[in-house]
Amino acid sequence: MARRHPSTPDGSTVAAAPPLTLALGTARRLAGRLPLHLSLMALMVLWSIPTIALLVSSFRDPMAIASSGWWNAIREPFDLTANNYQTVLEKQGMARAFFNSVIITVPSTVLVILVAAWAAYAFAWMKFPTRNLLFLLMVALLVVPVQMTLIPVLRLYSDVTINAELPILGGRIFGTGSYMGMWVAHTAYGLPFAIYLLRNFFGSLPRDLFESAYLDGASDLRVFFRIVLPLSMPAISALAIFQFLWVWNDLLVALIFLGGEPDLAPMTVKVTNLVSSFGTNYQVLTAAAFISMALPLVIFFALQRYFVQGILAGSVKG
Amino acid sequence: MVGRRWWTPWLWLAPALALLGVFLVYPVVDTVRRSFLDERSKSFVGLDNYRFIIDNPQPLVSDTHSALLNNIMWLTLFTGITVALGLILAVLTGRVRYEAAAKSSIFIPMAISFVAAAVIWRFMYEFNTDIGTVNAAVTSAGGESTDWLRDTGSPQTWLTERGPDTMPRPIQINNLALIFVGVWMWTGFAMVVLSAGLKGISTEVLEAARVDGANEWQIFRRIIVPILSPTIVVVATTLVIQGLKKFDLVWVMTGGRAKTDVVATLFYKEAFRVGDFGVGAALAVVLLLWVLPIMVISIRRFQFQEETR
Repeated sequence: MARRHPSTPDGSTVAAAPPLTLALGTARRLAGRLPLHLSLMALMVLWSIPTIALLVSSFRDPMAIASSGWWNAIREPFDLTANNYQTVLEKQGMARAFFNSVIITVPSTVLVILVAAWAAYAFAWMKFPTRNLLFLLMVALLVVPVQMTLIPVLRLYSDVTINAELPILGGRIFGTGSYMGMWVAHTAYGLPFAIYLLRNFFGSLPRDLFESAYLDGASDLRVFFRIVLPLSMPAISALAIFQFLWVWNDLLVALIFLGGEPDLAPMTVKVTNLVSSFGTNYQVLTAAAFISMALPLVIFFALQRYFVQGILAGSVKG
Repeated sequence: MVGRRWWTPWLWLAPALALLGVFLVYPVVDTVRRSFLDERSKSFVGLDNYRFIIDNPQPLVSDTHSALLNNIMWLTLFTGITVALGLILAVLTGRVRYEAAAKSSIFIPMAISFVAAAVIWRFMYEFNTDIGTVNAAVTSAGGESTDWLRDTGSPQTWLTERGPDTMPRPIQINNLALIFVGVWMWTGFAMVVLSAGLKGISTEVLEAARVDGANEWQIFRRIIVPILSPTIVVVATTLVIQGLKKFDLVWVMTGGRAKTDVVATLFYKEAFRVGDFGVGAALAVVLLLWVLPIMVISIRRFQFQEETR
């Protein structure tokens, strides 16, 4: 990432060029921008078609889905229905499942960012023996498929399960069939990628910044919270979105570690149960897919400004 | 920092190391051990499980060669296309007024769960042109309807002795069709991370280059790509690893039928369906071995970063 900016000797930035050059440049760029818009639009359309197909299908009758293409529904006199959404939303326990998904996903996302950021800070800005070796191991762990860990971890979980009811939220306190067990598992599975991503961003921050802070007597904690975290907001918000999505859409870990506890089941488990054989229940699945997409998309739009505006560009000025 | 005690770094690392140790390192060690044991993890069998993968004695039940070849295809095509598209989109979307809308439309597939994505893409690839979007588009353009997910019968056994005479068409259309779904889902990831990196490039640098008469291609090639290369490496590494351990998508779309198995799905089948934990564990270890080149690249990169910052 760029940190050093060319500037003219008198200190003004180069952007202050003669007006004529700028005007010519703008005109040239406007003419040259047509292909840019066209290709971008084409990709946007291509990428949206399957989602639109999913959306249209979710408003169609099961018979119609199986007999004609989704594009017929938006061409003919609209034979759209909200029945599918009604079926999903009226299903007993759907509200609880949505609540469960939130309870499982939010702490898992926050925990991953905190734990990974601490480790990444140590990997990036502290010197200690075996640092490179440890980091290599971390990279290697990226490739471990979750399925491979399920049996050994489940065996451990059944040994440490605390069989008492967790107040307010419900479920056990820890182990199988507990929210806390899910938080810990999802945090652990998210860590290798999170540490890898953050180590890269932290490592690319300018050294001068750290050295002057240390010279001023700032502690590691202060540097971490006042310099590293604010400057890494684009990376952290990107990470937050991905971790949120992965946990939100996870089915496997929930199936295994919640052990069929219906009160704790998140949306994914609930929907899978609802669509007992999804070969014949497309319409329920498509509607459920859109209901479960709603919250992740809200989060995406909420966090988007962080990596769209480019906080990094503005804040690391020498 | 001068006053740092020797145990300070370990304090910062402790939570991460503890979690990784229990949830990832311990299962890995356990799996490596089991890869040298028989199917019930009772007696030592040496390298028999690995020999099973190399000899491919049961190509109809668990075609290890096909899975290995497919993994290579996922690794190269999925990673290459996704990184290239993500980079192009990160640059293009940053230059238009409707950046938020453009990014959202590319990103939305990431928010769809695998099960829903599989459902919609089975519709997209449906053979019947009245239902299947892709085939409807292909036929209206004058092409022929294709059963995208079927085994096209292209020989994928070129690693065996039958190889040479069946060499020419080792790649099946159904694997490409699956890889495209992967690209569709993951381009948003590449775009968002690369875009976060791109925002770190100061606008003054780009403006200065433009004022100096550089065209957009030169700016892309000479300024954006070099400055962005650390981020590109991160994205590519993540995608290589995603391609390596691809499981969900293949599992929900084809279940590994019609020669679409990859190593991760075959591992799952062997360990949990066939019930041969030895071969399953050996397949998982093969996956782990593939990460070695990535580790070498990473360590080089970090040494470089240390020296240059």
